Amino acid sequence: MQDHTKSQKVTGSEALLLSLIAANVDTIFGYPGGAIMPLYDKLLNFSNRLRHILTRHEQGAIHAAQGYARSTGKTGVCFATSGPGATNLITGIADAMADSTPVVCFTAQVGSMLLGTDAFQETDVVGVSMPITKWNYQITNPNEIPAIIAKAFYIASNGRPGPVLIDITKDALIKDCDYSYTPCNYIRSYVPSPAIKEEKVKWAADIINAAKKPMIVFGQGVILGHAEKELLEFVEKSGIPCASTMLGLSAMPNNHPLYKGMVGMHGNVGPNRMSNQCDLLIAIGMRFDDRVTGDVARYAKQAKIIHLEIDKAEINKIVKVDVWVRGDVKESLPMITKLINKGDHSDMEPFFAECEAEEMRRVINPLLNPKEGKITMGEVIDTLNKVSAEQAIVVTDVGQQQMISARYARFQNSRSFLSSGGLGTMGFGLPAAVGAQIGCPNRKVVAILGDGGFQMTMQELGTIIQEKLPVKVIIMNNSYLGNVRQWQELFFNHRYSSVAMNSNPDFVRLASAYNIDAEMVNKREDLKSAIERMYNSESAYILEVQLEEEGNVFPIVPLGKATDEMLYGDENK
Amino acid sequence: MNEEYTITIFSENSIGLLNRISINFTKRKLNIDSLIVSESAIPGVFKFIIVVCCPQNTVEILVKQLEKQIDVIRAFYLKKEDILYQELALYKLATESLLESNEMETIIRQHNARILEITKEHIIIEKTGHKSETQELFEKLKPYEVKQFVRTGRVAITRPDIELLSEYLKGLEQEHRK
Ligand SMILES: Cc1ncc(C[n+]2csc(CCOP(=O)(O)OP(=O)(O)O)c2C)c(N)n1
Ligand SMILES: [Mg+2]
Repeated sequence: MQDHTKSQKVTGSEALLLSLIAANVDTIFGYPGGAIMPLYDKLLNFSNRLRHILTRHEQGAIHAAQGYARSTGKTGVCFATSGPGATNLITGIADAMADSTPVVCFTAQVGSMLLGTDAFQETDVVGVSMPITKWNYQITNPNEIPAIIAKAFYIASNGRPGPVLIDITKDALIKDCDYSYTPCNYIRSYVPSPAIKEEKVKWAADIINAAKKPMIVFGQGVILGHAEKELLEFVEKSGIPCASTMLGLSAMPNNHPLYKGMVGMHGNVGPNRMSNQCDLLIAIGMRFDDRVTGDVARYAKQAKIIHLEIDKAEINKIVKVDVWVRGDVKESLPMITKLINKGDHSDMEPFFAECEAEEMRRVINPLLNPKEGKITMGEVIDTLNKVSAEQAIVVTDVGQQQMISARYARFQNSRSFLSSGGLGTMGFGLPAAVGAQIGCPNRKVVAILGDGGFQMTMQELGTIIQEKLPVKVIIMNNSYLGNVRQWQELFFNHRYSSVAMNSNPDFVRLASAYNIDAEMVNKREDLKSAIERMYNSESAYILEVQLEEEGNVFPIVPLGKATDEMLYGDENK
Repeated sequence: MNEEYTITIFSENSIGLLNRISINFTKRKLNIDSLIVSESAIPGVFKFIIVVCCPQNTVEILVKQLEKQIDVIRAFYLKKEDILYQELALYKLATESLLESNEMETIIRQHNARILEITKEHIIIEKTGHKSETQELFEKLKPYEVKQFVRTGRVAITRPDIELLSEYLKGLEQEHRK
């Protein structure tokens, strides 16, 4: 065992790798290049303690690190070289910022003597990444490496998590330095989760006890705070019906009687309508994204609002709230649970039952049980639920397939739905599934990808093969950029502009070029057995499903509409 | 409704922080009217004073987003009535014009300005005041050909008693040691 506290002479690269080990890192996603070569050279000496996954693109590396972080709760790590290597990380960093994902990116930089000279592969990545990182820093002196890395991990993973970028000049990677590592647990300018104010908790509990028609909306804060159990205890004692945001999905099992589904643009009817009827809305670890609120001017106006949130800047940002309890929901939830009376809101059940029946009749049943026509996306997810017994980690890309997955995939375990929410990054799905499979080797990982989004990062099939990852991939092939096509149909007079994907490759042959087992299914009667073959396969598997081309995701809250003004798709029928 | 706000930020002395701070204005397309940065009473802690015109709702969110930056210790916003503030202006004129006119000395005296330096070629005048006042003096001196005119951003001190940063930091350290 390395003693990390005793000072020793090493090179900057070694100090970096030793610091990572000291920070409990064992997996790195990355891609080498000129400036970062000294680090990759030393990496060879640490191969028994640090597993490096060579992706096929730096965007793949960062999304994989995100998938790893979101599925495990650990901090994801990636390496990239200077210039184009670093700029290829940018989309993923912005995504991690939007979705509060703890990742630490290391980018190499030109030598410190060359900084500011427009040297070969010099990009001011600290400047470029500033608006989309929680923190970033450039190291030119190797002696700083251990302390900065300790700080980077502390910042990325504490409070509201987020991406941190550390840029290191090539000479700092080469030069000798003194190495000793002390974990960081305090930065005076950053208080990640302040002590929770008792009086706020008391106030919130009083309001909850008095509420007649309350509703809970929880978000990813519950998952990030590892507060699934605390949420459940609160929900069960209060008896309050609850709903999830898209990023909160899987924090609570779908089959819980008080779980009423998802809120938002493609959310479920009951919770979307109840948002504008309840007398109290308890928001837990969520941030009132515009995809959740619809027209904010008409969102939950009738309700008192309690907001449990760790990030002060999210409080009163979009929606003015009556009481906020700032802090980690893992701490605030039990404090509130203790003070509330055992509640019973079963008088709200008929409302939800009616909404469910209406949604079933107008949207769900026609989608999941069509009498004729091609396979629908909904059928694929519904069948997957049955085959997987709701045990898989579902990773999606962006678009219709994402929304259908969010609506219909069912979960029994937390951290089972990984999707790019705040940024909506096409190309996220496949590499994120790679990261999730590496982080969770004992779980089944199923990537649900659109034909468009798959082609944005499909090079990562190479990583899957190289690492022998048993990732399952379902390509939801509707031969369209379906989500955009749907909007053009509904809101742009059916004028289809640059949304046809009629030059798609033969996905099965593409898979076979990578030696990945694959098949295509286009008949309803073959769907279940195809999904079973895919799911039960020991290795990677690609299932292309040829779908109805112009299927739509309903219900939808059109832009500018209130959450109870959904369209159901049957209006003109 | 837009109103003028003075934002005060206490921060660590870190490279790039000015950039990080200004990004928060840029991303809302907010124009910064004036900005100064210098070391505060606490060694190593820097103080930014930024003047901006925007709606109250915006400044409330903005200040929280600024305080959220890792190297920012605290950020506040203050309305005009809550601060006492000054700016400093320097004016350079040809010495000849002073010698040729009788009024210039009167102008300088009337405006509570003072002469910092006189050489054979030029005279340098200093005036402390609000922007309107330093501007007024500039207008008055214009006929005498002002060769250079510079004005600082705003320095401000609060009227209401807000928690001293040193107390805040002490509290943090104690909390941490617990
Ligand atoms: C990188 C990126 N570019 C563009 C978009 C806009 N966009 C959102 S969904 C979508 C269509 C996705 O098509 P596909 O991957 O086939 O999925 P589908 O909606 O058909 O399921 C597009 C273009 C985006 N979200 N991300
Ligand atoms: Mg498609």
